[in-house]
Amino acid sequence: MLDVSVAYNRYKFLGHEFLTWLWFIMDVDPACILKAESDMVSLEMDNRIVLENSLDNRIENIRIKGDEAGFEEAKLSLQKGGVVTELNFSLKIGDHEWKFNIKGESLNISSLKSPETGKIEKKEDIEGAVLEKIYLYEKVVLLVENLYKQFIRIRISSKWESKTIPLIKKWIKS
Amino acid sequence: MRLLSSSVSITRYKVEGKIQGALIKTIMDGLNKNSITEIDNQPMEKAAGWTSFDNPYLPDFETSSCVIGAHFVFSLRIDKKNIPSKIIKKYYTLEMAKRLAETGREYLSRNEKKEIKEHVANALSLRIPATPNIYDIIWNYEESSLWFFSNQKAANEDLETLFSKSFGLTLIRLFPYTMANLASGLTDKERDLLSTISPTKFMD
Repeated sequence: MLDVSVAYNRYKFLGHEFLTWLWFIMDVDPACILKAESDMVSLEMDNRIVLENSLDNRIENIRIKGDEAGFEEAKLSLQKGGVVTELNFSLKIGDHEWKFNIKGESLNISSLKSPETGKIEKKEDIEGAVLEKIYLYEKVVLLVENLYKQFIRIRISSKWESKTIPLIKKWIKS
Repeated sequence: MRLLSSSVSITRYKVEGKIQGALIKTIMDGLNKNSITEIDNQPMEKAAGWTSFDNPYLPDFETSSCVIGAHFVFSLRIDKKNIPSKIIKKYYTLEMAKRLAETGREYLSRNEKKEIKEHVANALSLRIPATPNIYDIIWNYEESSLWFFSNQKAANEDLETLFSKSFGLTLIRLFPYTMANLASGLTDKERDLLSTISPTKFMD
């Protein structure tokens, strides 16, 4: 395997492409996403997106944030050759909602808010609370892992060039 | 960052290798030998070590359980003394003035100035308590997976170093390449394909 720091920098584009692909899939084929978690009701973009565009040897970052934010400008950035570098999600499973952020270059999960759990009133409650939190965080971790596996299989196949890229290009122009 | 907080950040790792011998005893030994040491009243600026999840200011791995369900749960504590540069500058200036008055000279040599600066920094670090930062860890030994509740680069680097020193195992951070290569179930042929891909241009 490659040296870790070399691999991190050389292949961070995979994380950006993953987020771009994910936005595309959530927009055009949400049913495909539902295969990743059997009980999932929905996975949607929430209120924040960051894109990066390399123009004439300079890097331009576009941040769109806010509950009422429209993503037209983000789409415009894709049309100019940008890629998604960070995306905020809302995940619904049953009546519960999770919110979280994924950074493309590291695939780190941040600002993860899971559904409310019971209050800890005494020391004996800690163990149960930890197990409950692990269960809730695992929903997001496994979802991201499963979606990434799905992406990477398409990405290294011939289908990526022949089918997926033309569809993404068409979606970006739409 | 604490795992029971209302909002958390997670860095995921794959743990490479297995522990030889008694698992729980080996892990407890690793935690005890590398637990955090107090640096208040000592001329040290930083310390990093393990602490117990439920009692991070008084680490005690003997009485506090590190095993919850199928997981080892403990914390990394990083204590750091943050001495504001303006305070260092003030005491450095006062000390220089004192030295000049004592010696009756007009200037101090570069070495003398350096020595005074070090003396001031050491004296202040004895007086200023360290700020503790606690980052929780969930280690699923059977699954060879570890979650670290921080995305901060420096804290992750301290974790990787201390983990290797304590347990003789390597932590591999999961990011786009390592996740594809190690955690996506690819065949050798598919891994070869992975090594040849280059960035996609979504627009012409």
